[in-house]
Amino acid sequence: MTALFPGRPTAVPILALGDTLLVSLQGELHDGMAEQLQQDISRRIADSGAVGVIIDISGVEIVDSFLGRVLAEIAASAGLLAAGTVVAGMRPAVAITLVELGLTLPGLTTALDVERARELLAQAAEPGTWDRCQRGT
Amino acid sequence: MMAVPGPVTAARLPIRSDADLAWVRQQVRQCAADLGFGLVQQTKLVTAASELARNTLVHGGGGHVDVTPVTRGVTRGLRLSFADSGPGIRDVELAMTDGYTSGGGLGLGLSGARRLVDEFGIDTVPGRGTTVTVTAWAPGVPTARPGL
Repeated sequence: MTALFPGRPTAVPILALGDTLLVSLQGELHDGMAEQLQQDISRRIADSGAVGVIIDISGVEIVDSFLGRVLAEIAASAGLLAAGTVVAGMRPAVAITLVELGLTLPGLTTALDVERARELLAQAAEPGTWDRCQRGT
Repeated sequence: MMAVPGPVTAARLPIRSDADLAWVRQQVRQCAADLGFGLVQQTKLVTAASELARNTLVHGGGGHVDVTPVTRGVTRGLRLSFADSGPGIRDVELAMTDGYTSGGGLGLGLSGARRLVDEFGIDTVPGRGTTVTVTAWAPGVPTARPGL
């Protein structure tokens, strides 16, 4: 993935679907881009009043401890801004690898795909249900 | 994605920036695919390489990785040797502990990478630098099953 601006990685686009933000991560993600994304999402939530964030990682071939931490921190800061985060579409090989790496990301809500992530967030929009969703019940 | 099994040659890749980390991941994945590693094995090895390359960059102040195809009998494997001339690791046993971190990370880099590969070695001299060498083996030739 080459940057449009040499020396500066291109930003990851954030799409708005109603009151939900959708971010689709693809291929190689440079560390700097991941950190930029965290700031961009927080700002977009604050500006737009979005109540949900879906991060689609179906196009991501590996999640290492750095990207895992960034995902967890995005979810944590979105939570403080009153938005729920669902990570969607993790590849099976990535899930197996994360467990062996020792990174099970207990604070992260996941869904098999974006559609299911939207359903989770819609359920969560009913008062009091988000905590139950996060506990997986 | 159809990886055509081809000759895998030894290479030395620099680790000096974010972009180099991405390049190391891509090269390791390509080599592992060429050597016949399965998808889960490729993912584990690339993840381990990413952790170790980041250590080289963040803790070692940069360095390089030597990517070398190896064989043991009929089994093919890939050896990765990450070298830096940074401050070294004073207490290797402590650095290998889950959750121990000196750089603000999650402390899973070394201990996690070790679990993702078949062989793991670390050579470090305080003040001189660190070399971490890992090897992963492709699944061997399947044993013949009677009746098949």
